[in-house]
Amino acid sequence: MATTAKTKEIVVNTEPFVVNFGPLHPSTHGVFRMKITLDGEVIVDMEPVFGYLHRGIEKLGEERTYTQVIPLTDRLDYLASMSNNLAYCLAVEKLAGIAVPERAEYLRVIMAELQRIASHLIAVGSFLTDCGAFLTPVVYMIRERERILDLFDMVCGQRLTYNYMRVGGVSQDIPQEFMPALAKFLKEMPGWIDEYERLLKENEILLARSKGVGILPRDLAINIAASGPVLRGSGVKWDIRKADPYSIYDRFEFDIPVGTAGDCYDRYRVRVEEMRQSLRILRQAIKDLPRGEVRSEVPHLIRPPAGEAYGHIEAPKGDLGFYLVSDGSIAPYRFHVRAPTLINLTALADMIRGWKIADTIIIFGSIDICMGEVDR
Amino acid sequence: MAMTWLPPDWPGNFWAHWAIFAVIILVFVLLMVLMFIWFERRALAIMQARLGPNRAGPFGLFQPAADALKIMLKEDIVPAKGDKLVHWLAPVVAFVPVLLIFAVVPFRGGAILADLNIGILYILAISSVTTVGIFMAGWGSNNKYSTLGAMRQVASVVSYEMPVVLSVVGVILLAGSLSMQQIVAAQDIPFILLQPLGFLLFFIGALAEINRTPFDLTEADSELVAGFNIEYSGMKFGLLFLAEYGEALAISAIVTTLFLGGWRGPILPDWLWFLVKVGLVFFVIVWIRTTIPRVRIDQLMALAWKFLFPLALLNLLITAAEILVWPAVSLWVFVPVNIAIAIVLIVLWSKFFKLGWGKVEV
Repeated sequence: MATTAKTKEIVVNTEPFVVNFGPLHPSTHGVFRMKITLDGEVIVDMEPVFGYLHRGIEKLGEERTYTQVIPLTDRLDYLASMSNNLAYCLAVEKLAGIAVPERAEYLRVIMAELQRIASHLIAVGSFLTDCGAFLTPVVYMIRERERILDLFDMVCGQRLTYNYMRVGGVSQDIPQEFMPALAKFLKEMPGWIDEYERLLKENEILLARSKGVGILPRDLAINIAASGPVLRGSGVKWDIRKADPYSIYDRFEFDIPVGTAGDCYDRYRVRVEEMRQSLRILRQAIKDLPRGEVRSEVPHLIRPPAGEAYGHIEAPKGDLGFYLVSDGSIAPYRFHVRAPTLINLTALADMIRGWKIADTIIIFGSIDICMGEVDR
Repeated sequence: MAMTWLPPDWPGNFWAHWAIFAVIILVFVLLMVLMFIWFERRALAIMQARLGPNRAGPFGLFQPAADALKIMLKEDIVPAKGDKLVHWLAPVVAFVPVLLIFAVVPFRGGAILADLNIGILYILAISSVTTVGIFMAGWGSNNKYSTLGAMRQVASVVSYEMPVVLSVVGVILLAGSLSMQQIVAAQDIPFILLQPLGFLLFFIGALAEINRTPFDLTEADSELVAGFNIEYSGMKFGLLFLAEYGEALAISAIVTTLFLGGWRGPILPDWLWFLVKVGLVFFVIVWIRTTIPRVRIDQLMALAWKFLFPLALLNLLITAAEILVWPAVSLWVFVPVNIAIAIVLIVLWSKFFKLGWGKVEV
């Protein structure tokens, strides 16, 4: 007995274990689920599970007239409804060959850029909260987003699902008090952005947590067809507003901020810089805003000729596209959404492998997804 | 606090003395904890452009009391596959040491339950027991999140205890005593001036000890949801919560005693000085919580071993040398010297030290 005990080697068995992050987890930004295989704190593998928010929007769209689909697009990326409206309307206008009045084009650009700022505010704020900065950044940023929501409230009476754009223009002209309020916002917003920057931009802990973490290499980013700040963070200068100009974006001067390393910090920086660029576009747009009609004459029931069209824009979260097939009837024969966040999300498993649990959350946060769009 | 109408040895009997003053301190500490919970929530809210609790009572002062009442009425849920005994015992093990710390905290000159001649050693020993309670909570819940949180706590406790203890030794050298009363009595110059480096090291280590931002890895609400206490509800959760805030209060009191001159101060009565200083330290803790993101577990360990630990050793060496080599020199001379040394050391050492890698090949 005694001899065997002496010669017996002590073997410590460790085995990886699986933890479910989500679908109900404070940092999964909705009902996303990650089945993470862990070796201690280190991520060995990750299997994404989604579909908890699937509402069949693409199928529902095929049952409705072209105008009735617009409210459905509000419910895709509910943090950027205006952009969704715009992309869908562009696709329908392309399909049916409808022209848009000048003033409506400008209003669309103003709304889309305001929406980009609002969406990035939430993205940056929740990213910093994921890093562990207890609520402060996100509360500050929600405070400013509130101002943008107030502006949207003025033009369409809604604060989340705007349903503002129409095929061939926008639903109504802006009220009188909108322009002074927007001018005030444009004057104050740069100061607020500086305030966020002073708070955490150079913070040692934030740098340690996000610099070099969750690198998405340039090649991989292109290969998975990533878009938006995720792609630009990896150093690819690709912005639909410049690469395939839609609406009247070719008239404005703005830069495309890009990152260098493709880490979480670069994606965060790109978003903050994009907010500044959006302010630049807004300033030019309100200066040139012409008078006139905001909606062209479009029949109640649009019957586009049989055919197909693809309209895509640079939404806050990436290259948002709508693919429509018409059979000549009042409803689209096929209605498909190219959701940028779903495609960006496919990079997640490659980005988090080998990092720790704490990093998983911030890498995930830096992709900035919205489950309404991922699951549709 | 004016009890001059009582005989100084009141109530005379040894056991009666213990029982009465223990209850007084217990009630006082619990009331303070409730006050500080309110204080933290209000301060957090104001810094975050919110209002905070403002409904129950004037300025929401009764909010903690209302919360305590609610929490006692809540259902107590025990995980079906948890370790029932450990799960039940964990909040007690976590909470009792926190109360025991206050036995040796001098609230004012002479107002101390037990003037142990090894007071600070006792605190260092007893405050580590809370870690056992936290690990029991994580283990007994049989939940993956809570186990992860508990393991983080146990893994990090080894790293941050060392610099904390070493930086306290500097204070002990200066005071020449382990007794909390004597340490305060020795502070004609508050030790924060004589031990600026020691103070910073102790404070950083203490933040890790009480699981506050930026070292709140055990809870990490954005990663582990609530960490070790995820499976707790009702009064058991209440106890864990109280333990956490009690610890924060205890650390504030210890920092006050060791570095800020305890109850001593001009003009104001001594008990008020103590409260003001404790409140100030606690405010700094809250302030840090609103501002700074969380570090990662390996970064905390690297910080403790590569940064805090060597600096604590150097600090100890310098303090010992000053006391040994120049015993006749007035301590005031060392104030600017030590502050300069602290700044130089921190700046130099941070050049060698880099956070921010950590990918593991899998």
